[in-house]
Amino acid sequence: MGSKRVVVARFPGTNCDRDVFTAAKLAGLEPEFIWYRDRFDTSAYQGVFIPGGFSFGDYLRTGALAARTPLMDSVRHFAKSGGPVLGICNGFQILTESGLLPGVLVRNEKRRFKDAWVDLKLVHENPFFGPKKVPATEALLPDSKSITVRLPIAHGEGRYFTTEDELKLLYDRGQVWLKYGENPNGSVDAIAGVTNLEKNVAGLMPHPERGMADWMGSCDGFSFFLN
Amino acid sequence: MIKMAVKIKPRQVILDTQGRAVENFVKVKDVATKLVRARVGKYIELEFDEPSVEAASLEAHKLCRELLVNPLIEDYELEVLNK
Repeated sequence: MGSKRVVVARFPGTNCDRDVFTAAKLAGLEPEFIWYRDRFDTSAYQGVFIPGGFSFGDYLRTGALAARTPLMDSVRHFAKSGGPVLGICNGFQILTESGLLPGVLVRNEKRRFKDAWVDLKLVHENPFFGPKKVPATEALLPDSKSITVRLPIAHGEGRYFTTEDELKLLYDRGQVWLKYGENPNGSVDAIAGVTNLEKNVAGLMPHPERGMADWMGSCDGFSFFLN
Repeated sequence: MIKMAVKIKPRQVILDTQGRAVENFVKVKDVATKLVRARVGKYIELEFDEPSVEAASLEAHKLCRELLVNPLIEDYELEVLNK
């Protein structure tokens, strides 16, 4: 595992790519941009980040066109072989559209673009990304489950949706990753992030790359870049 | 050339925010006061260089399944425009 090379995916309309690149560098990774028309050697990288933005202008459905590009064929291959993949905001939308994550993200309940700081609760920890639960014996808090993360959101179509049956399955299989303290967009069960069954693919609407230092308002985003 | 239309509607299970915006508009402006429900979807026209309607329909359904429609939130209908 000597190499720390990670992919930062770029589509026409991606706009958080430089922030994610910088965040990955801050965390000691070696990020490389890869353009949507290109494929990559899946054995050469340790992880993939799909940043936010408005890929393909959100035409048709958010993430729908990006999900079907050559780059995503590589990402799919990388994910199937167990490689860690994180989708942020539009990246989350792309992962649901590509079938790597369950559910879909639709227009916010109040139809408004939401730009705010939110508190997130960790439901099931992810081995690759985000905060970890402190073992009960070491926990300072009486309830070691109540880990919260503070991150900004900025989206118009971030309402997570899935059927009732699927939602039950997600809970049963431990795929519900993060939930909003206060539901900002009408997401089903206030879900902010989910993972695939194998836990190596994860997506969330909030932006960890915008919370990497105290001066930014929070440094809780750091854990999302340390696998 | 076979011309086809794809009508995509938000499924009933999903809260259709655009439809609701239209419904709310009616409450504010005094038009079409008998309106009880509006659903906003998409309409896509496709042209296929196929000899038969059957072949074009097959292609259209394939495109809908693979790209144009997300079955989790949308239903679609296909219509042949030039019979």
